[in-house]
Amino acid sequence: MADYNTMEIMICVAARELEDGATVGVGTGAPCAAAMLAQKTDAPNLVIMFEAGGVNPILPEMPISVGDSRTFYKAVMASGMCEIMETCCRGFVDYTFLGGAQMDMYGNLNSTIIGDDYIHPKVRLPGSGGANDFASFCWRMMVLTVQDARRFVEKVDFVTTPGWIEGGDSRAKAGLPLDAGPYKIITNMGVMDFEPESKRMRVISVNPGYSFNDIQENCGFELLRAAKIVETTPPTDKELRILREEVDPYRYIIGR
Amino acid sequence: MDVIEEGKGGLFTDPDPDKARAFFRKKSRKMENKLMMLKEAVEKFVHDGDYLAIGGFGANRTPIAACHEIVRQGRKNMAFAGHTSTHDFQILSAGKVFNRLDIAYIIGLEARGLSQCARKYMQSGEVEISEWTNYSLAARLKAAAMGVPFVPTRNMLGTDTLKHSGAKVVACPFTGKKMTLQPALYPDISVIHVHEADVFGNCRIRGIMISDDDLARASKHLIITTERLIPNEEIRRDPTNTVIPYYLVDAVCEVPFGAYPGTMPYEYFSDEVHLQEWLKAEKNPEDFKEFLNRNIYDCPDNFEYIERNGGLAKMNELRMKEFLLHKEADNGGL
Repeated sequence: MADYNTMEIMICVAARELEDGATVGVGTGAPCAAAMLAQKTDAPNLVIMFEAGGVNPILPEMPISVGDSRTFYKAVMASGMCEIMETCCRGFVDYTFLGGAQMDMYGNLNSTIIGDDYIHPKVRLPGSGGANDFASFCWRMMVLTVQDARRFVEKVDFVTTPGWIEGGDSRAKAGLPLDAGPYKIITNMGVMDFEPESKRMRVISVNPGYSFNDIQENCGFELLRAAKIVETTPPTDKELRILREEVDPYRYIIGR
Repeated sequence: MDVIEEGKGGLFTDPDPDKARAFFRKKSRKMENKLMMLKEAVEKFVHDGDYLAIGGFGANRTPIAACHEIVRQGRKNMAFAGHTSTHDFQILSAGKVFNRLDIAYIIGLEARGLSQCARKYMQSGEVEISEWTNYSLAARLKAAAMGVPFVPTRNMLGTDTLKHSGAKVVACPFTGKKMTLQPALYPDISVIHVHEADVFGNCRIRGIMISDDDLARASKHLIITTERLIPNEEIRRDPTNTVIPYYLVDAVCEVPFGAYPGTMPYEYFSDEVHLQEWLKAEKNPEDFKEFLNRNIYDCPDNFEYIERNGGLAKMNELRMKEFLLHKEADNGGL
């Protein structure tokens, strides 16, 4: 079995979710690495979009910002914020990857404050940026994160970005576009989806070397179990070679 | 349309389109020479208490030289659009220029890390805030550019972001679906950095627009900083490339490397070393004071700022990097 680190398996697993011909709204960092890896493996026609306006670039290296020159290098279009978000809102964007300081069992994300007093927070975080927009509009939202009970919490301090809200049909009732929402949560220990009725987070696969209990112990709420939990296919030699040599040769992401 | 839900965040500008029309009615349509020094433009058009917006995206085609000048001149009590703001926000926070803030993205410098100074200022309780998203602020500028009091969007629903915003939710009269109404945002003063402009203010931008087309149209006053001036004949030779027409513009300032240390597409890449120096200096108040003096308060203008951080040799290096030639020149590290 190939030797790989935490970030490498998360990126490889995420890349496999992106099928050829799909559209994905990404930020910098691990999600961008996953999209680049997908393009260089099974999804050469994956269309990458950046919120500042870059559409379908041929990324020459890892962007530092979602608006730097690399995000529209040899792109088919250099547009703007409204163009990208409106394309998402029209239903044209299949996937997005987001993150946050906290996430609950419905995939709601917090990137605004830590603490229970909005006016005097313990920690002020950057806010939504484009996360709320992407999560509202893109068909399938995914999160790449380390499995940690401080991140996977019973209740987020602030719902910056919508997941399945309170589960069931609450997301539709809130008025958000129908049938879009959190899809998969990919961590260093396994992969979760959301049970179709309750919309609660559910473990569907565990990474080699981990068990359901490991994931549960590093999660602040009770996880559901899929009827059959499989073992995640570890990164292949080919995936690792492309990731290390072509996607992130300076180890900006995989060296973290 | 009955309001179903509304945020408790404040509005720092009036979304009334007739008030905006009354203002624009009086704005000069004269195609006259608006060339001036950046110092003079900021003195003339950026006032304490005004609502300020900055073009570009954080450290990409952002008028950093203008941000320095605003801090250098000690502007205070402004309202600010924290729309895709990163290094601009860091600079304006260092000068405590604003005390009212529409937040979409603040404090962070994306993959580079977080500004300790900006975070401290935001946790001090000195700043009145309202919560939004990048698209919401873009949509608010679009509403203003359209000359209407709001535009409907489908974001923010079901979240605390909505509860702490100034948006309102209504049922659509056609479909019954819930829509978020984003109130028009008319900044008093904005600054946008462009590739080329003539002395009248006709501007060309290359690469992504972000929200600057709408920002230019929404703003009551607009300062343009440009990498270089071009003759009006060139504008007229190829009008397809004009993205900001002269009548939106109050001042034109030729500021080469005006987006440094950020990226200017097709011109120069960001100076990651200098941006890290900022983040590092902020960790120690004494270091930071000295850093700000050296780069802003005791620095007369952008030419000297560039000189103090590597001069033309550095600019040439960043130009190589923008065109990906650094990969051949060295090991390609940042």
